[in-house]
Amino acid sequence: MNLLAVERIKLFTTRSPWWCGFIAIALTAGFGAILAAASSDDNPISIGSTQFGYQFGVAVIMVLAALSVTTEYRFGTIRTTFQAVPHRTSVLLAKAGVIALVSLVIGEIGAFGAWGVCYLIRPQDGLGLSTSADWINVAGVGVLFAIAAVIALSVGVLVRHSAGAIALLLIYVLAVENLVQVIPKVGSKIHNWMPFTVADNFLHGANSAPPGSAASDSVLSQGESLAYFAGFAVVMLVIAIGVAKKRDA
Amino acid sequence: MIEAAGLTKRYGNTLAVNNLSFSVPTGKVTGFLGPNGAGKSTTMRMMLGLDNPSAGDVRIGGKHYHDLKDPLRTVGALLDAKWVHPNRSARAHLTWMARSNRIPKQRVDEVLDLVGLTTVAGKRAGGYSLGMSQRLGIAGALLGDPEVLLFDEPVNGLDPEGILWIRQFMHRLADEGRTVFVSSHLLSEMALTASELVVIGKGQLIAQSSTEEFVARAADNTVKVRSPQLPALHQQLAQASAQVVDSGEALIVSGMDSAKIGEIAAAANIVLHELSPQTGSLEQAFMQITGDSVQYHTGLETPAAR
Repeated sequence: MNLLAVERIKLFTTRSPWWCGFIAIALTAGFGAILAAASSDDNPISIGSTQFGYQFGVAVIMVLAALSVTTEYRFGTIRTTFQAVPHRTSVLLAKAGVIALVSLVIGEIGAFGAWGVCYLIRPQDGLGLSTSADWINVAGVGVLFAIAAVIALSVGVLVRHSAGAIALLLIYVLAVENLVQVIPKVGSKIHNWMPFTVADNFLHGANSAPPGSAASDSVLSQGESLAYFAGFAVVMLVIAIGVAKKRDA
Repeated sequence: MIEAAGLTKRYGNTLAVNNLSFSVPTGKVTGFLGPNGAGKSTTMRMMLGLDNPSAGDVRIGGKHYHDLKDPLRTVGALLDAKWVHPNRSARAHLTWMARSNRIPKQRVDEVLDLVGLTTVAGKRAGGYSLGMSQRLGIAGALLGDPEVLLFDEPVNGLDPEGILWIRQFMHRLADEGRTVFVSSHLLSEMALTASELVVIGKGQLIAQSSTEEFVARAADNTVKVRSPQLPALHQQLAQASAQVVDSGEALIVSGMDSAKIGEIAAAANIVLHELSPQTGSLEQAFMQITGDSVQYHTGLETPAAR
């Protein structure tokens, strides 16, 4: 509990997490608003489309998460941290816990913000959250943010340099997974099993995907997709903790 | 009591610290002396469990650092004053440190006051001068009111006022009965601060002794003697078992003070033209010792192994 408080203090006593948080919310909600404004009675907006901006929001969240640990390496505070708490596993688990929780909250604000704005702009489009699929589509964004943040944190621990970690994460999330489809024959099959594609499948399931993201034909159900994505994050975190324990701080 | 036993750190092919064993006595200021790159910082990082030793270990009060509960309450350390997030305030920095070791919050204000940073505690640490950063680092080290304090080159880069402040602070800590282990590459600085010395060069132990003993040995007193009857004097002094080196126009005598040399010369009716004790600067002597550790290793190891 103490360690969670420590990581919370560390996170909120610098400015970049605040900025990242606001930008993530603004992007998630803002794109929803733009799409709502662009839709018409002939072309109504769907609940899936209100969450279109999450892909950009999650990228910013991953920057936040990676920075939370790479700045510690950059400024040497990781050494002060390990000096204060030599049990490195606890430190990194606490860090992951706090980052995940903060990302969850940011994600939910962004997602419901996007949905709310769209609802206000297009009240006639039937954006009420009636089915559980609708709920997952909106509320799931926060969960996705939390898991993505743990992945980014792990990459941050492994890479240790802000620029390197962020470049790696953004290129991967925004480009690599989609580019894999270009590989002849097996490309689309591999693509279906890549973590962020699976995460997207968790939000939408077999429903129509929002514009911009490739239609998913994954064999996983939404629940399985969530478990797969979370499992990937856990594996990354375990690797990161293992490496951090072995390495000189 | 800090005890290092067979401490070794290898980076690829280079041995940064080589089979280093020493002990730091309780309640004293012990200087950790060695030229830059001798392995002082590496040793201190290993003491704090930040770097893993390739071999050997360090025990603080009989325990490994990893096994200390709330370690900041036992060991306070300042390894690098710049290990602070530049956009975080001094107070916030100390607050998270305190929280991690269950140290009450009012202690943060106490240590800030102790180092004189109360007025700037809310400002971002990135804007601090080196002297202020150093004070913040010391505040962090003192946070848990620890028995043992480690400082790595605390006076490096400070102005005279800052150096004096640190020096007085070390004395104060030792007067309070704390164990202080402070590294430096300046013997002259250590001569003023530390009562015990652990001296290393190229990652190896050169000496462990009291500062007085080391300074006396480091200064290695010799006497220069000039005389028209040099060969006769040489013979007399050699008989009195002094070590004599003939430099042509003078004799350099070691292992005997100038008074004794004068008496021997008078007894043998030898005229002296010069009889002058030579004391090299501490820095020169120290460089001699650490620069060529092998040559002096045997001569200085005896007191360390005592």
